[in-house]
Amino acid sequence: MTTRLPRLSLGPLLYYWPREDVFRFYESIADTAVDIVYLGETVCSKRRLLTPDSWLQLAALLKDAGKDVLLSTLTLLEANSELSSLRKICDNEDYMVEANDMSAVQLLSGKKPFVTGPAVNIYNSRSLQVLADAGLKRWTLPVELSKETLTSMHQDRPLGVETEVFVFGRLPLAYSARCFTARSHNLAKDDCQFRCLDDADGLMLRTREDESFLVLNGIQTQSAKTQNLIRDMNDFIDLEIDVLRISPQSKNTPQIIEVYDHCMHGKVSSEEAEELLKPYIISGECNGYWHGEAGMDSIGNNEQRGCI
Amino acid sequence: MELVCPAGNLPSLKAAVDHGANAVYMGFKDDTNARHFAGLNFDDRRAQEGIRYAHDKGTKVFVAINTYPQPSGWSRWKKSVDHAAELGVDALILADIGVMDYARGRWPDLRLHLSVQGSATNAEAINFYFQNFAIQRVVLPRVLSLKQVKQVAESSPVPVEVFGFGSLCVMVEGRCMLSSYVTGRSPNTFGACSPANAVSWNETPNGLETRLNNILIDQHAEGESAGYPTVCKGRFNVSGNTYYAIEEPTSLNTLELLPELQSVGVAAIKIEGRQRSPAYVAQVTKVWRDAIDLCERNPQAYHAQSDWMAALEKVSEGSQTTLGAYHRPWQ
Repeated sequence: MTTRLPRLSLGPLLYYWPREDVFRFYESIADTAVDIVYLGETVCSKRRLLTPDSWLQLAALLKDAGKDVLLSTLTLLEANSELSSLRKICDNEDYMVEANDMSAVQLLSGKKPFVTGPAVNIYNSRSLQVLADAGLKRWTLPVELSKETLTSMHQDRPLGVETEVFVFGRLPLAYSARCFTARSHNLAKDDCQFRCLDDADGLMLRTREDESFLVLNGIQTQSAKTQNLIRDMNDFIDLEIDVLRISPQSKNTPQIIEVYDHCMHGKVSSEEAEELLKPYIISGECNGYWHGEAGMDSIGNNEQRGCI
Repeated sequence: MELVCPAGNLPSLKAAVDHGANAVYMGFKDDTNARHFAGLNFDDRRAQEGIRYAHDKGTKVFVAINTYPQPSGWSRWKKSVDHAAELGVDALILADIGVMDYARGRWPDLRLHLSVQGSATNAEAINFYFQNFAIQRVVLPRVLSLKQVKQVAESSPVPVEVFGFGSLCVMVEGRCMLSSYVTGRSPNTFGACSPANAVSWNETPNGLETRLNNILIDQHAEGESAGYPTVCKGRFNVSGNTYYAIEEPTSLNTLELLPELQSVGVAAIKIEGRQRSPAYVAQVTKVWRDAIDLCERNPQAYHAQSDWMAALEKVSEGSQTTLGAYHRPWQ
C-alpha cells in the first residue's frame, strides 16, 4: 500500500514589503517544492504597493512554474471599499479563492468551489458540513485547535473536502480596527505612514521581563514564537492531512520548504529536520496548540519519530 | 432602540428588568457561553425563575450560546439550545455555524441573533447567516467606526445591535486567540478570556505583578490600580518604550453618540457586563434607560448629561471610558 503524502503550501504573505522584495521573494518560490501558493493582501487594505494586477502577474509567474495558485482575501473587512475589492477577487475566473472571513464565504457560496483560511471558524463537523454544502473544497484548521479535535472531525469529514494545517510560521492570533504598528510610532491609523514597511517580519513586543512575546503586524497580532510542527509529520500522514501550510518570512523560506519536503519524503528524519530548521526560526518555537495545550508551549516528544 | 442588558445571575437580571431594560441576556452554567466564570450564570431553576420575572414585566430574555463547540463538546451545545427553546426564551444569541444549523433545523420558530462572537463585520457576512439560518438580528463587533456602522446598518438584511457600554474588546471578537496562545483556553473554546486559573497576582519589590500562565502582563507601582490581566490590556515593551501597546484598561462608552446611532438605524444597544455586580447592572441600566428615552423624545436636544457620565465613569474599567473604534482617531 502506498501512503499518500500531503502537499505543501505557502500561505499568504502577512507582512508589508516593498514591491521589488515581494517579486524577488515569489521568484525564489517558483523553484521550490511547494505545490500551492496563496497570493494577496490579507491583513490591511491600505497596503497597496502591489496592485491587483501585480498580484495577478505574480500568479501567472507561479502558475507557469507549475504551482497551484489561489487568491487570498482580506481577513477583517469593515468598509464598503473593501467589499468592492473582495467582489473583484471572488469574481475572478482564473484562480480559486481562499476566503478569510464570512463575507468571502458568502460571495463564493453556491457559485464556485472555495478554500477557507485559518481565520474562518470551523470548530466542528456540522460547521464543516454546512460549508461543504456551500462549495468548500478545502479548509484550514483554525490555529487554536488540536490534533484531537481534527481527528474527531476527520471521522465524518465530508467527501471531497481537503484539510490543511498551519505547520510553520508565526501564528496569526488576532485582528483589530486599531493599527498597533502605527500606535507604536504615535501615529493614527489614517496617518500611518506605512511604517509596517520598516519591519519585514513584524514589530517585536516584549514583556517587561524582556521576553519576546508577540509580534505587531499592523492590525494583526502574531505570536513571537514560530509554530513548528515538523516533529508531528507522522500525525499528518496518519490523519490524511492533504496540505501543510508554511507561512512566509523574510529570510530562508525556500530553505524551510526544502526541509519540510525532505522530511515528508523520508530524506531526513524529523529529528534531523528539526535541527536543520533551528537556524531559520527567528525568536523561539512552539507547538502547543496541536497538542491541546497553550499555543506558546513547546511539547517535547520522547517517542522515536522517523519520517515515514 | 431596544436596551439589552446583562444578566450574569438572578439578582442582576432583576436589577436590569427593574431599571428599564427591554431585554436581558443570560447564559447557562458551562462553556457554551462567552462568560463562563465561576459562580456566574443560570441553572435550570434560576433560569425559569428569571424568565418568569422578566416576562411578567414585559422584558424579553435572550440566551447566549455563543462559543464554538468542538466534537467532544457538541452534545452540550445541542442540549443548551434545546434547553433554552424549552424554557421559552425570546431569542438565542449564537456564533457557531454548526450550532446555528442545528437550532434552525430543530427549532425553526425560534428567533436567532448572530452573536458578536460570530465576527460578522460587514453586510455580506451577515447575508450568509441570514440566508442560511434566517437570523433576525446581528450584534456588531466593536471594530467599526460610526460611518462603518451606518454602512452596515443600511445594507444589512437584518437589524443591527451595537455595544453601548462596558469592557472593550480591542480585537475583533470571535477571532482572537491571544488568551489560548497563553493559557490554552480562549473565548471561542472555553467561554473565557484569561481564565482565572491562569491568573496570578504577586507582590514583589518592583510592585504588584499580574501574570497570565507566568507571562508578565503588567507591573503596578504603589498606588496604581491593577487591572485584570488580559493580554490586550497589559504594558509591554516595543522599540524600547514600555506602554499599553494594544489598549489601555478602559471601558467603551457611547452615550454621547446615541443620536447618531439612532439616526443610522441601530435597532438595539447592548450593555456588556454579565460578570459584573447587580449594582453595576442597576446603575448602568438606569442611565441608559434615561438616555434612550430622552434621545427618542428629542434627539436634537439630546446631550450626554454630566451626571450620567459621572455615574458610568465610576463603574468603568480603569475608571476611564473611550468611544473606541466608533471614533476614527482611536483606531
